[in-house]
Amino acid sequence: MSALLSLRDVWVEYGDRIVLEKVDLDVTAGSFVSVVGPSGAGKSTFLRVILGQEQATRGTITLDGAPLPPECGPDRGVVFQKYSVFPHLTVLANVVFGLECTAAPLLAHLFGAKRKAAEAEAAEMLAAVGLADSMHLYPAQMSGGMQQRLAIAQALIKRPRILLLDEPFGALDPGIRADMHALITKLWRQYDLTVIMVTHDIREAFTLGTRVLALDKRRHDPHAPHRFGATAVYDLPLVKPAPAEEPAAEDEA
Amino acid sequence: MRWVNRQIGRRQAFGLGAIPIALLAITYLIASAQRHALNPADKILPLPGAMASAIWKMMGTPDALSGNLVFWADTLASLQRLGLGLGIATLMALLVGLVLGALPPVRAMFGPLVTGIAVIPPIALLPILFIALGLGETAKVALIVIGIAPVMVRDVAGHVGALPREQIVKAQTLGAGSWQILLRVALPQALPRLIVALKLALGPAWVFLISAEAIASDVGLGYRIFLVRRYLSMDVIIPYVAWIALLAIVMDIALSKLSTKAFPWAHGAAH
Repeated sequence: MSALLSLRDVWVEYGDRIVLEKVDLDVTAGSFVSVVGPSGAGKSTFLRVILGQEQATRGTITLDGAPLPPECGPDRGVVFQKYSVFPHLTVLANVVFGLECTAAPLLAHLFGAKRKAAEAEAAEMLAAVGLADSMHLYPAQMSGGMQQRLAIAQALIKRPRILLLDEPFGALDPGIRADMHALITKLWRQYDLTVIMVTHDIREAFTLGTRVLALDKRRHDPHAPHRFGATAVYDLPLVKPAPAEEPAAEDEA
Repeated sequence: MRWVNRQIGRRQAFGLGAIPIALLAITYLIASAQRHALNPADKILPLPGAMASAIWKMMGTPDALSGNLVFWADTLASLQRLGLGLGIATLMALLVGLVLGALPPVRAMFGPLVTGIAVIPPIALLPILFIALGLGETAKVALIVIGIAPVMVRDVAGHVGALPREQIVKAQTLGAGSWQILLRVALPQALPRLIVALKLALGPAWVFLISAEAIASDVGLGYRIFLVRRYLSMDVIIPYVAWIALLAIVMDIALSKLSTKAFPWAHGAAH
């Protein structure tokens, strides 16, 4: 399989502090890459560079063979740990927003039949993440787990080439987290997603991923710890058992 | 129970809140009665009856010179100036604050200018306004606008600038550009803050209104207070001040109600 996303000799430096050094990576379509590593090893920076929120100091990143534009765009979806839903929009409006932006460049609002169609599409996506009953709530009225479901639905409505998750389940309690793992695995298969997930939970990384990437510093200078950046020290492809039939009862809001 | 843990119910809060106000009123009545016992013609602490009759006359009897009902003419003139000033300042705060907060190049270009204007004491500009705009309505409205707009602009800009970066990034991954982010992400979230800024600006706005009216005017609540001061007419001044306070409270409550009605999500919509 050819690579969907390629990083070639990517360096990220802030002033004289090197965060990432010489990252070379190919991500094939349909894979689920978990990124782990100690705090401060540049996991989030790695994700932000792919997202386009930050620029690599050196190196090239290509998506589908084309160089990555230096801004975030609809080809890369994202779910952050927090603040990734809009508090002033209802659940339904949060998801419809993505459709409105492309369809109505001037007003960013859809009306009439177009709005009906967009709402139907959004409702379908919300049903897929288990929020069919909460469409008219505001995010502040929902639990953290439900907000993350919403953030996922919001990202998926744009059918991104690649979905980036930045510790998406880090703030959830263990029971809810298990539900979310089942949900993201289901969606990943259902929508043929390519996922890159940053996590500090090693178990989560191995449970969900088809490949685990460990970022850390290869070398360490005790007198100038900031002069060496992190890179992928381990890159483990995991052989997953064929998708087992999922118990239907897993889906619960 | 510790005082920090005591919960006060609605009715209890009403009763507690009324106590100091009642005490103040009683103190005034006693002092006023004492002065009138010594000198029945005392003007400094008028009795409630005298205040009521003075105001009643201004409400119902046309002025000999202008033929207006003075109380209502004053109220109308002042509210008109205040409303215009608040309206223009609010609009400015919304438009300027929004672009200043959301667009870094605009902030870099105009931020220092807004900060500079904000630190000038507005009353110091009053002579310039009177010279440039004349003694009419324009100068008074302009004083209110100059007095409150910069603070409101900075407040709204600060709030928009402090929106989580994640939201702005997320909007872009959903296909939104700068304009759409302004319109759909920044603007709706700036509105409740705009109402807070407006509520905080009400106090200063009244100050600038009364100042402008005291210096150059021929009608208005501030003008009347400063006019009758020459005759020691406390029986007019005190009810006028109370009336101004009442108007200010009504505006404040109306704005709070508007905010909860229009932006339920900003007021911790009930779980």
